[in-house]
Amino acid sequence: MNPENNEKALLQGLARNDRRSVESIYKDNYSMVQSLIINNNGSADDAKDIFQEAMIVLYEKARSGVFELNCQIKTYLYSVSRRLWLKKLQQSGRYSGEVTNAEGFVQVEDDIEEHEKRDLEFEMMAKAIIRLGEPCKSLLHAFYMEKKNMQEIATSFGYTNAENAKTQKYKCLVRLKKLFFSHYKNGTRDE
Amino acid sequence: MNEPNDIMMLEAIERYIRGEMNPDERLHFENLRKTNSEIDQLVVEHTLFLQQMNRFSEWDKFKTTLHNVHTDLTEQGKINSDKLKGKAKVIYLWNKYKRVTAIAASIAGITAITISALVWSVSPKQPSTAEVEKLKREFTRQVSKTHKIEQDLQTLKENVNNKTEAPAFEAKVGGTGFLIDAKGLMITNAHIVKNSKNIKVSNIKGEQFNAYVVRLDVNRDVAIIKIDDSRFKPLTLPYGIRKTNSDIAEPIFTLGFPRDEIVYGEGYLSAKTGYMGDTLSCQITIPANPGNSGGPIFNHNGEVIGILSAKETQAEGAVFAIQSKYIYKALEELKENSLYKNVKVSSKSNLEGLDKVQLVKKIQDYVFMVKGD
Repeated sequence: MNPENNEKALLQGLARNDRRSVESIYKDNYSMVQSLIINNNGSADDAKDIFQEAMIVLYEKARSGVFELNCQIKTYLYSVSRRLWLKKLQQSGRYSGEVTNAEGFVQVEDDIEEHEKRDLEFEMMAKAIIRLGEPCKSLLHAFYMEKKNMQEIATSFGYTNAENAKTQKYKCLVRLKKLFFSHYKNGTRDE
Repeated sequence: MNEPNDIMMLEAIERYIRGEMNPDERLHFENLRKTNSEIDQLVVEHTLFLQQMNRFSEWDKFKTTLHNVHTDLTEQGKINSDKLKGKAKVIYLWNKYKRVTAIAASIAGITAITISALVWSVSPKQPSTAEVEKLKREFTRQVSKTHKIEQDLQTLKENVNNKTEAPAFEAKVGGTGFLIDAKGLMITNAHIVKNSKNIKVSNIKGEQFNAYVVRLDVNRDVAIIKIDDSRFKPLTLPYGIRKTNSDIAEPIFTLGFPRDEIVYGEGYLSAKTGYMGDTLSCQITIPANPGNSGGPIFNHNGEVIGILSAKETQAEGAVFAIQSKYIYKALEELKENSLYKNVKVSSKSNLEGLDKVQLVKKIQDYVFMVKGD
């Protein structure tokens, strides 16, 4: 397989959350990002956080289906990591001039902005779900994420029948929506 | 609209969005949408919401993949980890749930939710007590009057020695527990401590400390307790807690307090699943008596691979242990509480290559008798 097709296949795999593709991309790029972070005032922990965030940006990009391979995965991950790390340094006041070890990199501002917006939404969802508490958390998770049917849910949660589970699910959902949309309105959306 | 109607409407909307309606139903529903703007709006809103949930779920799964890939590659040495050897590596792995931003807290929470949901879905109903005997000691059963007086005296003495004003402590149940971090966090079985007001733990030297429950999971029968005593000095644990499954026939041993003396027992891992196929526990063959409950199960490298919890009454020799990976799950949930978010647990033992006698010598100081009243 020529390198370009190989990268394409990896990205398609990534978009499907295919374990082997994720592993392959991870293995080939992690050290590069780690040395970038460690050589610029960061710890191994920071490296991992930054790299994983960059992987999520790449994942979102791959999923959006509009990812044109105008650069290699490596260059992309490097650029995103570099940009994210710069931001973090600035936020924590540790920023001292330019991040060194600058190899070739591409413009990723827009992608990162998009990512941050999405992250914020997920964060709100996560918060809402945490505030929801049990058994609602597990119940909604089983129905909407694991896509179990009501009968299975009734059995595994110990409801006497599917009707009871349905009522409970409805109540949980109403609460979740309320929590989520209240975050959404009060959230940091300024548009 | 009243509630039953709302529920029906929601169900209809969900079936509509998922494309589960038959053509007639669909046509009817679409007409309803056209004529009733309230319903139309509900459909739009719910579609958005479901999309959001879906994306959230995918994102969450991807994050889990990333964490797993990272851990695996590091363990296999496939990614550069020269700065991450020994203790640093462990801290490093554990810090993966610790992130600077607030986003992190929620993500970790969600991971925990996902996991707990999975746990729920894979674990069978809790075994009924008739079939599986919990191995706690019932002190009351044995305590004769003279014993009781002796005990009261003992407690009094302790109170004088410790200069604590704790009310007289009369142990009713007992078992075993073991430390999992330097600062006194300890694992034991939930059935030992769940009904106790006061908990005391004592080490092989007979030093007794007060402890309290920080997390109780009655379903999985695991409790995390914490030593809360000024006399307790932080210790460095020689052993780690294994993250991955162990193999059948692997030799194992346990230390516990079926009597007031620490007792060693050895055996092997018999099956990778526990009672009725429970995937979070495993079956072991080891001498287990009341009081062994909550004890650590070690492999020959001195890694904790499980927590001894119960034995089947109908089959001789079937003892069950909760797999050590559950300890990590319990800790993740515990870390949602900001008081415990920095808890560090090692997965690495420093005990490789020691013979059993040496191993036990190194480990026994960290295994405690747990008593509750």
